[in-house]
Amino acid sequence: MITFSGSSVFGGVAAGRLFIFRKNENQVERRHIEDAEQEIARFEQGKELALKQLQELYEKALKDVGEANAMIFEVHQMMLEDLDYLDSIHYMIKEQQINAEFAVAQTSDNFAEMFAAMDDAYMQGRAADVRDISERLIAILSDTQNNTYAFEEPVIIAAEDLAPSETVQFEKDKLLAIVTRQGSANSHTAILARTMDIPAVIQANIVLEPEYHGAYVIVDGFTGEIYLDPDEETRKKMEVKMAECRAEKELLQELKGKEDVTLDGKELKLYANIGNPSDVANVLRNDARGIGLFRSEFLYLESSDFPTEEEQFKAYRAVAENMAGKKVIIRTLDIGADKTVDYFNLEKEENPAMGYRAIRICLKQPEIFKTQLRALYRASSYGQIAIMFPMITSVEEVRKIKEIVEEVKQELTELSVPFKEVELGIMIETPAAVMVSDELAKEVDFFSIGTNDLTQYTLAVDRQNAKLGDFYNPHHRAILNMIEMVVKNAHAAGIWAGICGELGADLSLTETFLKMGVDELSVSPAMVLRVRKIVRETRTE
Amino acid sequence: MKTFEYTITDPEGIHARPAGLFVKEAGKFASKITIAKDGKEVDAKRIFGIMSLGVKKDNVVTVKIEGEDEETACSTLEAFFKENL
Repeated sequence: MITFSGSSVFGGVAAGRLFIFRKNENQVERRHIEDAEQEIARFEQGKELALKQLQELYEKALKDVGEANAMIFEVHQMMLEDLDYLDSIHYMIKEQQINAEFAVAQTSDNFAEMFAAMDDAYMQGRAADVRDISERLIAILSDTQNNTYAFEEPVIIAAEDLAPSETVQFEKDKLLAIVTRQGSANSHTAILARTMDIPAVIQANIVLEPEYHGAYVIVDGFTGEIYLDPDEETRKKMEVKMAECRAEKELLQELKGKEDVTLDGKELKLYANIGNPSDVANVLRNDARGIGLFRSEFLYLESSDFPTEEEQFKAYRAVAENMAGKKVIIRTLDIGADKTVDYFNLEKEENPAMGYRAIRICLKQPEIFKTQLRALYRASSYGQIAIMFPMITSVEEVRKIKEIVEEVKQELTELSVPFKEVELGIMIETPAAVMVSDELAKEVDFFSIGTNDLTQYTLAVDRQNAKLGDFYNPHHRAILNMIEMVVKNAHAAGIWAGICGELGADLSLTETFLKMGVDELSVSPAMVLRVRKIVRETRTE
Repeated sequence: MKTFEYTITDPEGIHARPAGLFVKEAGKFASKITIAKDGKEVDAKRIFGIMSLGVKKDNVVTVKIEGEDEETACSTLEAFFKENL
């Protein structure tokens, strides 16, 4: 057995034969031609055929992966008819008396370089589109096009990288998984894999040895691992995972796209909790309506120094973009207590759960807070971001936070950095916040109840102490009464209230929460459909 | 000659798809149409040219139209910007 690994862009487990995909890597030869007019006519013919193929690809993609993902082929057609691109090719053929293939390759390089040099990540990515259409033209002109990627049996594709046009050309039901050595989480290939619902691993260290072609492999799209000739133990382990996936898929098929509405018509916002931008794939796969808690700690925990505004902006932006207009509630840093980082230089405390942590750090060291807020507001233009503040105990804290938020917005306005208005909410996770929730509700746009800390503080039970397990009872009436009180106070002030703690995913309480009037539940992605099932079977009156 | 200015409100700016749609729209008219940002002017009937401007949100673009159908072209394209960008 050989194990390779890469980064997963879409979950699922697949087993089957490996197909090593190689591009037709024709070295484009430079040839002298006598009749430029004739060569141009030959080029035009090739271009017409390429346009026709792109139209067919567009129609196939429309059927397989939907309009939003198919659009790329419509854009490719427009690029292929761009007058600058065509003028350049015609001019080279005429002036240099060279063959059409070489003129296309040269023009392709020039245009791709132009895009690669732009100071905009999106436009830099367009260089790949120029190369993709040019390679198609060259393959047609040199008659080396291998259009049909037909396989006898379903396969797992391994390639250096795949262009979008290559990905959709594979027969959909013959494709088990995609593994590429390159690629990015935002590439069209990754997005297509997600839409096609097959595991995909990118940036994998797999070696494309010809001898591996046809070998039996298992791809674990959850961990990004690829097993070549897996041993008995691995096979068994993966079979269990595959069975779980199948069960989940069945649930998915039944509930995906269905509304989160009770039998008597009450609607719940069913969101998911995540701790890393790469979790978004799982959120979409499980059909959550949004992200109810995006823990921003990973940025701080995975870093050896304070993450810069730019690093944070990129992460928030990626999540907002990938969620495509669905709500993304990002919680500001919740460092401290059990999550510590060296560079924060936090002093050792007797009682860290009640210590210098979360919003307390932000209010005492506003420069750390402002960096995060600036990144969040900058990312707000790219989707529907909301911001949530942890560990609130008083109205004064919220007012102070709002002052700092206003300062940040003012600074961005002065620098003419675009941003949208975002909803501001707070976590209700201290008994104090519960007791003043009537006043807090007038200050913010929403509440999200953090039941883990709320239980620990209310019952005076340390979550970290295993001996106290029997005393840690989140079903305690004290907790349920608090939740009910918070929801009432929220509604009285016209705002919504949700639950993002572990308790939100407690299926034995879903009905109780719905009856209390809880507006939102944010649960781990894997729990979304299970909660949906109960919501749809519940009557609240 | 007709001309108008427009401030982009789309958060993604003029990316590949709207550039393509704009080219299609501009191609319907006989007039010579250009689009400019920060003094760089390109032919509005060429997708790569428009993309090369790298127009982002809040950038101001100037569209110039000259030709027999400039009146209709101007109102159509201005409406296109308001609707799509």
